[in-house]
Amino acid sequence: MNSPTATVSRLLPFSCVDGPGNRLVLFLQGCNFACVTCHNPHTRGHCNGCGDCIPACTTGALTLEDGAIVFDAARCTGCDDCLAACPISANPMVREMTVGDVLYILRDRRAFLDGITLSGGEATVQAKFVAALFRAIKEDPSLSGLSCMIDSNGYLAGTGWARLLPWTDGVMLDIKAMDPDTHRRLTGKDNARVLESARLLYRAGRLAELRFLVVPGITDAEREVAALAEFVRALDTRLRLRLNAFRTHGVTGPAASWPTSDRATIERVADRLSQAGLCNIATAVVF
Amino acid sequence: MPETLEKLRSIVTDPGLSPAQKARFLSLEAENMLPYPKIDDAVAEALAEGVLCDLAEGHAPYKPRYVVPDYAVLLKNGSAYLELDPPETLDEAITCLMIAWHHVPSVTAMPVFIGHIDRLLLPFCEGVGDEDLRAKLRLLWRYIDRVLPDAFLHVNIGPEDNRVARAVLDVDSELKQIAPNLTLLYDPETSGEALLRRATDAIITCSKPHVANHPLHTAAFDARGYAIVSCYNALPLAGGAATLVRLNLHEAAKRATDTADFADNVLPRYMDLQFRLIEARMGHLFEHSGFFENFIVTEGWVDRDRFTAMFGIYGMAEAVNHLQDLEGRAGRYGLDAEANALGLGITRALADRVEATPVEHAWRGQAMLHAQAGISTDIDATPGVRIPYGSEPDPVTHVMALAPHHLHYPSGVSEILTIDETVKANPRALFTLAKGALASGFRDFTANVAGGDLVRVTGYMIRLSDLEKFRQDGGSRTNTTALGAEAAELTRILERKPRVIGHEFAHGYGQ
Repeated sequence: MNSPTATVSRLLPFSCVDGPGNRLVLFLQGCNFACVTCHNPHTRGHCNGCGDCIPACTTGALTLEDGAIVFDAARCTGCDDCLAACPISANPMVREMTVGDVLYILRDRRAFLDGITLSGGEATVQAKFVAALFRAIKEDPSLSGLSCMIDSNGYLAGTGWARLLPWTDGVMLDIKAMDPDTHRRLTGKDNARVLESARLLYRAGRLAELRFLVVPGITDAEREVAALAEFVRALDTRLRLRLNAFRTHGVTGPAASWPTSDRATIERVADRLSQAGLCNIATAVVF
Repeated sequence: MPETLEKLRSIVTDPGLSPAQKARFLSLEAENMLPYPKIDDAVAEALAEGVLCDLAEGHAPYKPRYVVPDYAVLLKNGSAYLELDPPETLDEAITCLMIAWHHVPSVTAMPVFIGHIDRLLLPFCEGVGDEDLRAKLRLLWRYIDRVLPDAFLHVNIGPEDNRVARAVLDVDSELKQIAPNLTLLYDPETSGEALLRRATDAIITCSKPHVANHPLHTAAFDARGYAIVSCYNALPLAGGAATLVRLNLHEAAKRATDTADFADNVLPRYMDLQFRLIEARMGHLFEHSGFFENFIVTEGWVDRDRFTAMFGIYGMAEAVNHLQDLEGRAGRYGLDAEANALGLGITRALADRVEATPVEHAWRGQAMLHAQAGISTDIDATPGVRIPYGSEPDPVTHVMALAPHHLHYPSGVSEILTIDETVKANPRALFTLAKGALASGFRDFTANVAGGDLVRVTGYMIRLSDLEKFRQDGGSRTNTTALGAEAAELTRILERKPRVIGHEFAHGYGQ
């Protein structure tokens, strides 16, 4: 049987913002949303070998061989000019990793880790790999105790979650907006599947955290916040709800000039949610 | 007026110095009017060229650089010289220690070690409630910071989990003072993870304590034990360090034609010069200074035979990168496997030679290798074996790159990991990082969490608000703020992601 591989945009060996404790984070390439507020737009597309990024690379780290980009990490200075040059929001610096590759890194760094988080892009687009990796972690005695978590936009259907959940300890799920039209405007997709994923994951005891992006003038409106409060109350008022502040860092397109969330905006939304009875609201440490 | 008198005059009239700070700088100048201990021309030349550095210990060492008293002797016996009976209550014990500290010298003129405070006070705490204990510690901490305002002054707690250690962590996080500096001696067997978690939570609050790898340190010393003092220095308890001389590996590497020349000729040559400098300085202290007739020796707080010589090195990163350049290799120290292996090879060569070289007067008859944490005037030489500021990889890769060095530096080695402020929302991440670092062989785990006022500058703390005030007004109550200001400007301290630096002592007035 062929072991599935993943297209990985980036690997972070230390993260304290992607789940409990210190986590190794894999950002998988490719996303089924097209969020206007995305701060990592280069993780959306898949390279088609057009070669437009090659002239942007001043150190010669990128070449085209047999119609595919070849990336030489040793020559890369990390300037990210190639990402800006890509016409399809892809990343020429991606690498293919096998389950074995990831296990090797995890074993090497086991002493420093509480777990692994798969993020993206949208990790669940590569659900087959995620399930294979998490299963391998759970079945490896040297990796026992590592928690396996997913950052997700929630677009995965129930059949997809059914394949992942036996090996997944928790999911941190983004709700981009409660109003379906607003959600479509922000992400290009309807939110019915997102909300259904939240309910499904909650019932399965795997909803580690809901995340809500506060975009001033859009998702901080009373109607949005009230709908969010109602949705969470219907699940569990003790559910952890993280309010993320919209920032323009990395954002391309019109949203790059939208106003950002400041502390006052976030605190106003948090207060409104608290008044509605939600009792586990997390806000950013840094503004 | 001759230049020396001019300098004395400018010290006396400097409106930015307190009378006590003036007295200290005057004493340094006076000592340095005496001739240097007898050294040969080659040693003098290496000093003059900055390959060797005596860290401005002065021309006539009349006290050991670091004095590490066993205060338990005082608490058990009292002191005939100080006319103190053995204490019977917690108040008496604390007062006894406060008196004792006043009489303990070091290179900074203030004590660098004031005790394993929990071990010392615990026997007197029976019948004292937790709130009462914290109130007494609060007063003691205030006394230390106001009367002995030097961030090199160090308290140790642990390895056993106990109520005094916990109260110390509570009070220290609450007050967020520069002094005392604080180290938890951590032993997974006896401390328990709960105490480590308490310590890493305290780090998030105020970048203190350091966490020392107790099993590793214990193995390097004897039954009488050790203490962590000043700037990550692990030294024999009831002794200390007579001197600390350091070798600038970058400067040494510049004098080599290639890696082989460095390993075969240059490094051994400068190490030999460094041993000769150490022996000259030790000779003055042990044979001429009269220090060992002092009551702290005769009453057994310290033992003449328990003073080591610290064989310091720094600038490993630049040395390795220079040698890589000579070999035409692009890989940089801290980031490249080949460069890291070269660095580790240098560390092993240093350790082997230090172990094989006898040093007169030193504890166990030899020096102890030390990765020196830098001083405020260092340029183009990163502290010890650290990765240069601004080019550090993520904290885990950082620890894994440096852990193999730690085995070889028994008298101290340190990295400062700068952690993003977001860790405040996820303190377990820091706990896991600390546990991983210690399990990987780190001798000491030290972290700065961004966003706080209290910031670690190499081994000691400064307050950013003091630094700003110092820049505006030119004066500070604490001795180390000036060092922080100097370091910030010269060594890109605040550039570290988000900030940190390296250096150690006030070399003297106006330097």
